[in-house]
Amino acid sequence: MNRVLMILLILTTGGIKLSAQTKGKNAPAAKSQVVTGAVMANGKKIYGQYCLACHMADGGGVPNMNPPLSKTSHVLGDKERLIKVILNGLATGEEIDGETYTNIMPPHNFLKDQEIADVLSYVRNSFGNKAGGISVGEVKAIRAKNIKK
Amino acid sequence: MKKILLIPILLSALAFFTLFAFRDSSLGGPKPDADNVGLKLPEGFGALKVADIGAKARHLVVTPQGIIYVKLARVKEEKGIIVLKENSEGKAQVTGGFGNYGGTGIYMKDGYLYASSNKEVFRYKLNEKNEVIDPNNPETIVKGLKMGRQHETKSLVMDNDGNIYVNIGVPSNSCQEQDRGLRSPGIPGCPLLDSAAGIWQFKKDKLNQSYSEGVRYATGLRNVVGLDWNQQNNQLYVMQHGRDNLNSAWPELYNTKESAELPAECLYALKKGDNAGWPFMYYDGIQGKKIVAPEYGGNKKKEADPKYLDPVVAFPAHMAPNGLLFYTGKMFPEKYRNGAFIAFHGSWNRAPEPQKGFFVAFQPFKDGKPSGEWEIFADNFAGTPEKAAMNKADHRPCGLAQGADGSLYVTDDSKGTIYRIVYSKK
Ligand code: HEC
Repeated sequence: MNRVLMILLILTTGGIKLSAQTKGKNAPAAKSQVVTGAVMANGKKIYGQYCLACHMADGGGVPNMNPPLSKTSHVLGDKERLIKVILNGLATGEEIDGETYTNIMPPHNFLKDQEIADVLSYVRNSFGNKAGGISVGEVKAIRAKNIKK
Repeated sequence: MKKILLIPILLSALAFFTLFAFRDSSLGGPKPDADNVGLKLPEGFGALKVADIGAKARHLVVTPQGIIYVKLARVKEEKGIIVLKENSEGKAQVTGGFGNYGGTGIYMKDGYLYASSNKEVFRYKLNEKNEVIDPNNPETIVKGLKMGRQHETKSLVMDNDGNIYVNIGVPSNSCQEQDRGLRSPGIPGCPLLDSAAGIWQFKKDKLNQSYSEGVRYATGLRNVVGLDWNQQNNQLYVMQHGRDNLNSAWPELYNTKESAELPAECLYALKKGDNAGWPFMYYDGIQGKKIVAPEYGGNKKKEADPKYLDPVVAFPAHMAPNGLLFYTGKMFPEKYRNGAFIAFHGSWNRAPEPQKGFFVAFQPFKDGKPSGEWEIFADNFAGTPEKAAMNKADHRPCGLAQGADGSLYVTDDSKGTIYRIVYSKK
């Protein structure tokens, strides 16, 4: 049962990734957030201050405790989910690529929109990851929706 | 008349002979592997790989017959306890398994094998060869214990008066309103203490107990994984996992270096009614003081109420002590007798400073008291110092057990290697 779910999960996230990639190719350049050196530098600073303690300098995480942020399906996948994890934290203990993690992630809603955009753009383009950046506008929109709930 | 005399003489000759033969075979006993399974050990010691079980091996029991029961953190192929049998060279084969639940605690006492899930304690009757008679029908000794996401394991140990001691860790770092949150204050009085963050005492032979039948033996202990009954003092000793995140939650008070070195991982000798002070204080091993936690008005200097228990030994921060064993064997040199071995699983909460741990330490004891400095006994479970520093350890020591011949067994809950450390110098 679990295995079936896993396969479905991999297939769907894989599908999303594929469609995102094809979209990226055809979409006008302005639509995909360019990750500049300045964004990477600021993202790295925020990562060092607020994330490194749990996810480690190389994004490798801690076995059984804190998930890795390198090349995992969620980190490379849906941006809305990622932004929500930063705003609300995560304590569901759901499986991440077949493993579970016992620690909790506290909410980081005290970070500014720019800071969240930069740190996530940094994460998505470090530790061997290569994925589109996240813009301030995207964070702002999701924070607005998030507060209404 | 003469014949009657002859029998005891013959019997004692036979006894002498078997004793001699036994001693001889134990001298020739298991030989260390050529590379000591990659471990660094004091002179005269060696290590052999008993088995690789490829599962998250937590605590273990070794019987005099060479049966090994290993408790797994997570069930593998519907088995939460793996059974192995050793051959004369000390190499073991998996012969079976049972207990469809993950957990950490396992202990053998008075003809029973006790094992815990993260909510219950079960026991299995053993036959005279220490084999489990009915693996599918254990008795439930304790049930309904609280279990959160973190600190969920229920380690256990027994005294000699029919009691069982179970750790109930607290699913929180420091009882903050927002667990591990930035500048989040402590919940006044910390209501979690009523049913967690302590050691509970139950009767070892009574079925279906829960909180109402148990006694909160000691409180103010965030999480305990390694614990043992000290036979010399007839007293319970526990190793606490100290709190994390001093810098990430209180960056104005603690820099990353201080956060990496605070608080100490503490060994406590417990008596009924003791309070080790979590979450209101932590033990600062550098100042050698009990300090008020920042969540409860602390400023890194303010000393805590002296009523809280002092540790008997303070180790460096965050190394995660997962196994504690008082050595009562005869194989190791005199210095080790009645001293404490501690398996340090290895830190994560020291980043960006290098990580620490991934070794088995030894604390000498004399007349029931720590005597002299602790030292690293078995090192390099990580593989290399770089792997240890970066939290990329190949192996992580967790459970400890003493074999009938006095050798020391260590489990690894990363790859499932089971080590046996022997002393071979004459
Ligand atoms: C106190 C430790 C801690 C801190 C600090 C922390 N995290 Fe986490 N993080 C976790 C844990 C634990 C999880 C998984 C929680 C779960 O499974 O319920 C997680 C999950 C995540 C996830 C989702 C991973 C996935 O594959 O689903 C992302 C992304 C993430 N964290 C990024 C960050 C970033 C970026 C920061 C800094 C702004 C940060 N985290 C700070 C512990 C932490």
